[in-house]
Amino acid sequence: MSDKTSRTPIFEAKNIVMDFKVQKSGGMFAGTTTLRALNDVSFEMYEGESLAVVGESGCGKSTLCRIAMRVHSPTEGKMTYNGMDVHNFDHKKDYTKYREKVQMIFQDPFSSLNPLHSIDYILSRPLKLYHGMKKKKEIDEKVNEIMETVGLIPAVEQKRKYPHQLSGGQKQRAFIGKVFAIGADVIFADEPTSMLDVSIRLGVLNLLNKMKFENKKSFLYITHDIATARYFSERIIVLYCGHMVEWGDVNKVVIDPIHPYTQLLISAAPDPERETLAELKEKGRAEIQQWSPDSKGCPFAPRCLKATDICYKHFPEAVEVGEGRFVRCNHI
Amino acid sequence: MDPLLEVNNLSVDYITMTGSVRAVDDVSFTINPEEILGLAGESGCGKSTIAYSLMRLHRPPALISEGQINLGGTDVLRLNTEELRKFRWEEMSMVFQSAMNCLNPVVRLDKQFFEIFKYHGITNNKKEAFERSAELMKIVDIAPERLRDYPHQFSGGMRQRAIIAMALALKPKLLILDEPTTALDTVVQREILQKIYELKQKFKFSILFITHDLSLMMEFCDTVAVMYAGKIVEMAPSKQILNSPRHPYTYGLKNSFPSLKGDVKYMEGIAGSPVSLSMLPKGCRFQDRCFNVTGECRRYEPQAGENKHNFVCCHNRLKEGKV
Repeated sequence: MSDKTSRTPIFEAKNIVMDFKVQKSGGMFAGTTTLRALNDVSFEMYEGESLAVVGESGCGKSTLCRIAMRVHSPTEGKMTYNGMDVHNFDHKKDYTKYREKVQMIFQDPFSSLNPLHSIDYILSRPLKLYHGMKKKKEIDEKVNEIMETVGLIPAVEQKRKYPHQLSGGQKQRAFIGKVFAIGADVIFADEPTSMLDVSIRLGVLNLLNKMKFENKKSFLYITHDIATARYFSERIIVLYCGHMVEWGDVNKVVIDPIHPYTQLLISAAPDPERETLAELKEKGRAEIQQWSPDSKGCPFAPRCLKATDICYKHFPEAVEVGEGRFVRCNHI
Repeated sequence: MDPLLEVNNLSVDYITMTGSVRAVDDVSFTINPEEILGLAGESGCGKSTIAYSLMRLHRPPALISEGQINLGGTDVLRLNTEELRKFRWEEMSMVFQSAMNCLNPVVRLDKQFFEIFKYHGITNNKKEAFERSAELMKIVDIAPERLRDYPHQFSGGMRQRAIIAMALALKPKLLILDEPTTALDTVVQREILQKIYELKQKFKFSILFITHDLSLMMEFCDTVAVMYAGKIVEMAPSKQILNSPRHPYTYGLKNSFPSLKGDVKYMEGIAGSPVSLSMLPKGCRFQDRCFNVTGECRRYEPQAGENKHNFVCCHNRLKEGKV
């Protein structure tokens, strides 16, 4: 990992904190309270590498994407793309550049493609808009090339189709083709395979993998499936309740999890090789927890087997337990 | 041992404007007492259609056109409306996909329980029904006081557990779980499956477990049946499916789930996309996606053997799980 730290990251998030004002329970006039959706989240993304973010629903995975896509501005901290502050561009031109280079793949391919346009139109438009291609022949060739890269063959026949004529997997491939046509270097993939059929999930994942290796794209792969995270990514972040609880090399984290929450996640993940039903490493029920700026202690304490008094009082700091591997727990 | 459920040559058609589509084609299988049978396959392959036929929940345009369903001596397809009403829930109950949304949002939970007891002639006394429901809520680890709450006051996992408690209210012999945990988080999913397993040990019912997650199924089920385009292509004990799948589709499906242990290997998944039921090719249905296809596959449809509990439909079956 030592040489990795000396490389320059292509996309960086530094100490992101995201607060939302939410309505208090108890009627219209109960006032608002602050919910901290993300707390001190930092990561770097490198060329040709994928970073997985895993965690349960409501842990802030998608909020992270939304911040990167400029839907929200973070309360504290900043995100930078090639040194430019994502939420505060100097020029309008930088923003255009950012939109070209940072793209997102959505969970639901059934609603992310415009149903009124053919695949040909969907793929050729970014070529015209971002790359200034004008000759019809040139565009046609490029579209065919992209169609073949993403596995929509025969290209000439498939590109005439409209989204409703394609299956779920083909739609997702078409969308990936669009991201490819735009020429994005950093791709935020928010559960790109969870709406697809099991038999074609891996095919789509292999396509992303190919883009990663051959075209040196950088991915943020959001998922709740820790097994595919290991298959596709180099590094992993385990997010719990808006906090990064464990992060580092994916193999080390999955094979030898240290944080009790990572251990719980891995014990819960299905594994066909397991002979008997697994023992869940958890105390109490899984209730969705909410974190506010005044919350104290470790967010995982109410569910943790190892929790002691200190965990309810003292917020754990991240501890480095190996090269580039960190754990946020009071009991390290 | 006599099987609890016997399904023979079941076929289900959907009648459409452009002709009928056979969603389940000539399917036979059995479930033994206290067995967990897993039904795997991708969306649209007919898993849920089978489950709906077992409960006879189909409405037009779906039509059970052929076959027999026999549960512990009852011929399910011959029951009249009144018998059917009694049969459902007393003999066989079902937890639906996204069951969380099956609860009536404007009726408190205790009343929803009361209705089960009332209409199945168990008790007409609200107090007694409440006590029985409290008992059921306890076995799924929900505090009985919560019976007075409305469904929206529960979390997704709790609602799912409450539905399971309802499904077990009349001690059915067979419980059908149609993707019971798909919408839930991994940890909650695991909790629920563990609970179901414990309850099964306690009350000794059989389970038909439908999911597309093959790795979860291997862990949870005794026997696994794999469906493709309306047919069961392979059925065998889960150990056998795991270690030596015989059908190329089972092999491909198994290779679509990366493992948590060992080295990260390149995995292929299955090429192509699912076949459309209205445009089935001649011969084997899997031919266009199969890596082992021969001329025979394009001419004749492979047939299952006599054994209804362990069979494979393939001309070129794999030996010892190797390609």
